[in-house]
Amino acid sequence: MIEWLLDGTLAALLLILAIAVIRASGLYASVVLFIAFGLLLALTWARLGAPDLALAEAAIGAGLTGVLLLGALAHARPERPSNTLYGYRWPAALVSMALAALLIRAVWPLAETTQPLPAQVMTELEASGVSHPVTAVLLNFRAWDTLLELLVVLFAFLGLRQLRLAPLAHTEPWPLLAAWGRLLAPLALVIGGYLLWRGTSAPGGAFQGGALLAAGLVVLRLNGVLPALSWRQWPVRLGVLLGVTVFLAVAALTHAFGAGWLTYPVAWNTPLIVAIEVAATLSIALTLALLVVGEPEEVHP
Amino acid sequence: MTQSLLFLVVGVCLWVIGLYGLLRVRHVIRRLIAVNIMGGGAFTVMVAIAVRTDPVDPVFQALVVTGLVVAVSATAFALRLASAEAHCTRRRESRP
Repeated sequence: MIEWLLDGTLAALLLILAIAVIRASGLYASVVLFIAFGLLLALTWARLGAPDLALAEAAIGAGLTGVLLLGALAHARPERPSNTLYGYRWPAALVSMALAALLIRAVWPLAETTQPLPAQVMTELEASGVSHPVTAVLLNFRAWDTLLELLVVLFAFLGLRQLRLAPLAHTEPWPLLAAWGRLLAPLALVIGGYLLWRGTSAPGGAFQGGALLAAGLVVLRLNGVLPALSWRQWPVRLGVLLGVTVFLAVAALTHAFGAGWLTYPVAWNTPLIVAIEVAATLSIALTLALLVVGEPEEVHP
Repeated sequence: MTQSLLFLVVGVCLWVIGLYGLLRVRHVIRRLIAVNIMGGGAFTVMVAIAVRTDPVDPVFQALVVTGLVVAVSATAFALRLASAEAHCTRRRESRP
């Protein structure tokens, strides 16, 4: 009964917050409500037996996306107050209602059907080199997806570099933020490292650890403790490219000498996965931090 | 009605709310927020599908981890495009 109350409240709050985000009268209010929505989503996923995703969503979905949106507000054109929502009220509502009905009818039977895949993952888990199934899927069974994902992050960053903006004037950090930042950033570092290390046997891993590290870097940068991060510095380049390089090197070596592209030899499973995870964590942390607070280089008119 | 079914429906509703927002809001940042709400709905559907079996389906969860990182990268790129566009427009307007 209590559990149903909790689930029902979470579901209702999620829907109300989503509507509030869309209908909020100010742009700033909309962004702040969206951050709250992200945190609530993380809570819901933790409730649904997905602590890995809750961690990632809290750090990435709510934290980094929130900072990105707030940063973009500074550049954006102001919104005319009368212009929040525009025409097409009934057509939009009609299309949405019809789609909702169709989609709910489509997903309804999904809750009952079964899947052979989880059982297969569990039987193969012994041979994968790690004991946490999500990490096993990410870095062994579906390693190809993860490699491509690292490439997507890298391309997003390279794309971002092509669009240079005049740098924003940095204001003095707010005293409370400066004081808390010194406390929070080392904690983010420790927890990020811990998540990476735990990832082989428990919820955690490269993405969650990397996202937390990135959050720590962003806090430090906003406080002015870290110097500006820029692509021109060679350690930054090395860090950004490390994950993809190590991953591709492992893939090429297994292709040339082993059983095939990204099929690890059984004896080497664990060290290879840990090596890839460490490199990927560093790259993800640095790239995400650069996406959020990377210094736009000087604009030459 | 199981927990999985409840959140399947919630996920679909979130996706549809995001779509409704996308159809009706005008400002580019609001549109990107609406797209992100649609993403949150789609991820919730996947998480709810993952929880229907015991043990929880790790394949879907791994897919969502991947999706989250891709979503934030795409959002960062789109926001930068929007900022650059606003910047260019402002410069063009300030010129005589």
